[in-house]
Amino acid sequence: MFLARYAQNRSIFTVVLLLFVLMHHLGRYFIFLGSLFRNREKLGVYSKLVLEECVQIGINSVFIVSIVSTFIGAVTCVQTAYNLVSPLVPLSIIAVIVRDSTILELAPTITCVVLSGKVGSNIAGGLGTMRITEQIDALEVMGINSSSYLVLPKVLASMIMFPMLVILAGFLSIYGGYIAGTAADIITPEDYVSGLRSDFKPFSITFALIKSVVFAFLISTISSFKGYYTSGGALEVGQASTAAVTNSCIAVLAADFLLAQLLL
Amino acid sequence: MIEIKNIQKTFGERTILSGISGKFLPGDTSLIIGGSGTGKSVLLKCMIGLVKPEEGQVLYNGRDFLTGDEDTQKAIRREMGVLFQGGALFDSKTVLENVGFPLDMLTDMGTAEKIDRAKFCLQRVGLEAAADRMPSEISGGMKKRVGIARAIVMNPKYLFCDEPNSGLDPLTSIKIDELIREITDEFKITTVVITHDMNSMMEIGEKILFLYQGKKLWEGTSSTITKSSVAELNEFIYANKLLRDTKA
Repeated sequence: MFLARYAQNRSIFTVVLLLFVLMHHLGRYFIFLGSLFRNREKLGVYSKLVLEECVQIGINSVFIVSIVSTFIGAVTCVQTAYNLVSPLVPLSIIAVIVRDSTILELAPTITCVVLSGKVGSNIAGGLGTMRITEQIDALEVMGINSSSYLVLPKVLASMIMFPMLVILAGFLSIYGGYIAGTAADIITPEDYVSGLRSDFKPFSITFALIKSVVFAFLISTISSFKGYYTSGGALEVGQASTAAVTNSCIAVLAADFLLAQLLL
Repeated sequence: MIEIKNIQKTFGERTILSGISGKFLPGDTSLIIGGSGTGKSVLLKCMIGLVKPEEGQVLYNGRDFLTGDEDTQKAIRREMGVLFQGGALFDSKTVLENVGFPLDMLTDMGTAEKIDRAKFCLQRVGLEAAADRMPSEISGGMKKRVGIARAIVMNPKYLFCDEPNSGLDPLTSIKIDELIREITDEFKITTVVITHDMNSMMEIGEKILFLYQGKKLWEGTSSTITKSSVAELNEFIYANKLLRDTKA
């Protein structure tokens, strides 16, 4: 009896403690977001920085996004064909499944999970290194709002480039399915194209783009938050990068579910 | 002139600074000395606004930096130049861009004028040939000199140097000390240097504050430091065997 009550109290205490920690971190995160827009520099300062970040975040990610999305499309096509055993179902349905799963889920979500690894760790590592080498302090001493100067361009660049990368990923994934399907003699080019054209809902594209913008915001701000508040040395920079990727992935998946519930 | 009054700072239960006061005059190179963990860097951070003390005042020519309004703080910041321990150069910018960065951000100067001013400052620290190199391509001593060039590019009234000799060989250390003293004399800057380097103390310490466990235990000059009767200070300055032998 006593042990049961002790265990119950302890679990309640743990839950309360976890909630408290979560609220503490969430509060700091929102204060950090607020600081991006307070006392910011002249807009002209940001234009060059945003362009530089677009190259760093967007152009430098084209290769990995292309490879991942092409193979994902190819695998989706092959596995759908493998599961399609009924002769009554037309083969063009393979293309429909590749198209819909790509546009609704694979292109935006998988691409953003990949980007949270590549871009998120890059942002957190870069800012963490700047913090421990006193570069952020140097900006603050000059009277520059360091969070706004360093983070805002990354957030804006991510929100510009992620949708473009998702569009590229969607195209390459569907094209990957086409190549795999026709090369492996699973489906004819005519059936594939006819499947792609049948029962198409344009809102799927809008949904994918909305998701990419939301994911871009989450990945860039969470990674920046983790990197910006790094303290210690090289070990802590590594830990911040890891935490940035982990937290971004969780946030992306949670937002994916919420957006699907809200918008579909 | 910089005046600090009764600076108190704690981190959790630990008292880092306890009632530190002092004055730093224009044209003087003032040193804050003490062993590791005595609160020197925290005091410097309080003075430049990176750490907010629980109590006390930091006055720049009578203007309160800690409680002043945003405009006052901004104006004081523009009059400051800071050399950080590792140089704190921006990795993604060249040496010239690093030096010109405060001009880009804080002034309306034309591009040619900015480049001229940045080149002049680089020339002043003897690094005009390294203008196009990246921070990763230059030595530690050069990084400190670039840091000094960046600190003086805005014609500061106040120069703060956090352990300018750390990680440098004795000869380079002396060069950095000489450079700091020359710049202080030339531009009549109020310079505050954090150090535990004995050479610096004897060479450039026109005024010295000794911190011990967060308290100011002694204040004087390089000529009076060896005659001090403060046991903790004597222990600190005569930790070096060579100096002990010289004293004996």
